[in-house]
Amino acid sequence: MSSISDPPSGSFQLSMLINDTRYRSYTFQFVALLLLIMAFAYLGYNLISNLQAAGLNISYQFLGEPAGYDINQTLIPYTSQSTHWQASLVGVLNTLLVALLGCLMATIIGVVVGVLRLSNNWLVRQLMSVYVEIFRNVPVLIWILIIMAIFVAVLPQPRDFRGDDPEATMVLGAFAFTGRGFYSPAPIFGPLSGIVIAVFLASIAGIFALRSYAKKALFDRGQVIKTFWPSVAIFFLPTIIVYFVLGRPITLEYPALTGFNFQGGIFMRNSLISLWFALSIYTAAFIAENVRAGILAVSKGQTEAAASLGLRPGRIMNLVVLPQALRVIVPPLISQYLNLTKNSSLAIAVGYMDLTGTLGGITLNQTGRAIEAIFLLMLFYLAISLAISAIMNVYNNSVRLKER
Amino acid sequence: MKKLATLGVMTAAGLSAGAVSAATLDDVMARGQLNCGVTTGLVGFAAPNANGEWDGFDVGVCRAVAAAVLGDPTAVEFVPTTGKTRFTALASGEIDLLARNTTWTFSRDVDLGFEFVGINYYDGQGFMVPKELGVSSAKELDGATVCIQTGTTTELNLADYFRKNNLDYEPVPIETNSEAQPLYLEGACDVYTTDSSGLAATRAAFENPGDHVILPEIISKEPLGPLVRHGDNEWGDVARWTLNALIAAEELGVTSANIDELASGTNSPEINRLLGTEGTLGDMLGLDADWAVRAIKAGGNYGELFEKNIGENTPIGLARGLNAQWTDGGLLYAPPFR
Repeated sequence: MSSISDPPSGSFQLSMLINDTRYRSYTFQFVALLLLIMAFAYLGYNLISNLQAAGLNISYQFLGEPAGYDINQTLIPYTSQSTHWQASLVGVLNTLLVALLGCLMATIIGVVVGVLRLSNNWLVRQLMSVYVEIFRNVPVLIWILIIMAIFVAVLPQPRDFRGDDPEATMVLGAFAFTGRGFYSPAPIFGPLSGIVIAVFLASIAGIFALRSYAKKALFDRGQVIKTFWPSVAIFFLPTIIVYFVLGRPITLEYPALTGFNFQGGIFMRNSLISLWFALSIYTAAFIAENVRAGILAVSKGQTEAAASLGLRPGRIMNLVVLPQALRVIVPPLISQYLNLTKNSSLAIAVGYMDLTGTLGGITLNQTGRAIEAIFLLMLFYLAISLAISAIMNVYNNSVRLKER
Repeated sequence: MKKLATLGVMTAAGLSAGAVSAATLDDVMARGQLNCGVTTGLVGFAAPNANGEWDGFDVGVCRAVAAAVLGDPTAVEFVPTTGKTRFTALASGEIDLLARNTTWTFSRDVDLGFEFVGINYYDGQGFMVPKELGVSSAKELDGATVCIQTGTTTELNLADYFRKNNLDYEPVPIETNSEAQPLYLEGACDVYTTDSSGLAATRAAFENPGDHVILPEIISKEPLGPLVRHGDNEWGDVARWTLNALIAAEELGVTSANIDELASGTNSPEINRLLGTEGTLGDMLGLDADWAVRAIKAGGNYGELFEKNIGENTPIGLARGLNAQWTDGGLLYAPPFR
């Protein structure tokens, strides 16, 4: 008890800002903040004065003017007479579409590969490590270009489907896989189709109800109820029965070759598919490593303890290892999702009109409003990324260790 | 979050901080080198030749300006730019002169803050299709997939043309001409559209140029010319009058072959003023008296440049058409050297 400091003296002196440890850190932080503000003020002033010298100004009026260009893939109504703002929204939706599809597929591939990297089978293990090392060590732009080039070169073009003895034919008469993209039948919803959809949604809810009932039965009474085949039956049977009872209200529109292209049906463009695929397999290689790390982070004792209770390997993985591994996997998974979303801005390499292609590409170019467009672009990406983070953090909170 | 957003502003500000000093002519002379923006590769207009040296019609303009200002047509740093990057490159001062088949439009001249110094090629947008499609007019292109260079005026013209004619199409945006070629050749698009000179140049690079036709419709006016930053009039004058000197030289019959002889004095006062044996035109530009002689010697006069790079005896095979001298029924008309 020899090192008791002196009781604080009542009066405050200016030198205490430097010499007194209670205030020193505040002083330094204040100075640092001041310097930061000055640096930004200088840059902002520099920007504005340079713009003025060049006779330019900052204005977002261009967003209300007609864009004048066409976009191939539009999820919302858009024509060349729509505004630049509408074009930006089309771009945002295209970015979100490819990001969503990419995250889903990357997660599926990543989890499978990550688990297989720990397989007992030597060949499978090695194949998976080759996959991971190849795909995560080559820039994603190169993968996008390679996949697009292969896509365009290998698959037949619409011209190959023409003539009496065509080089290529449609699969099952309904699907066309061309170098321009994939065409598949599109559903056309008749008057009573709402009932069919409602029944389908109800049966999905039924599957969830069945599963939670089975879980409850297991926990309360130790009774194991098999759910797989009943789930399959619930998924298909009611919908199919209602569909035929109502006289088939949903019909299919098949794509057909007319003129230059296939018309009708659902068209997935080559740009979307190559971008989606490239982003997925690239990011999946990283996710696989996260999954592997997560599984390895679960102590071996857990597996052994579960085995000694008599659980089979599949159940050990599902009930013991994965729930604990998720706590390690999810936080880095969030940043992989963010990476994928931001990497989707390479879309212009294959002519996919994402946000960077519309707002940061054509709009920027045609209006010449580079600073405004880039700033808006950054805000959009920031908002998208923060939204993904927020959603994933909610999920992370639900799987993390509950501290009671 | 706040930090991220402000970082971007910082980058933008940092970019423009290095930009735009008024006296480009002094900068170029001090540097001993002209930074000239060209395409990433369009045979005939600007592309590296077999020796890796840039060659072409637009390149000729860069070399003429370098020769006039620096006395050395090889003192040029060629900066390849895409349709998207070209204006930023010029506005930021990365390049001194942009000679890249750039269409002179109102908004580029007025709103973007550039100055077009003249027109070195009168062009218009056209369409190229494979012969096997049997298309003979652009009006038959309903439902076609069209490859198009993004960030160009062609994009807007195309949208206007198809809307006006009530046709449907599927645009495939491409960044550069070299990316468009494989897509078009593999059949991923039915049609390739750009300035018709560009189409001819692209077709010339194909294995079988005869399998492709350029449709008769020209759907726009595309006056292509070199441009500089707005507000530096001395530099703009140098670029403008170098181009005019090349055009006037053809009109006056001054070629790279006879220029040495003519530069020692002729009985035509206009040639004498152009070549600096009479008057002080070079002085007025801030250059010496021989500036135009060097510019013309660099690659020849306008007609020579045209014939050598894109004329009828080259694989590109463009006729002079609108690009003939006004005396031959074309639009080339250099103001008098006086």
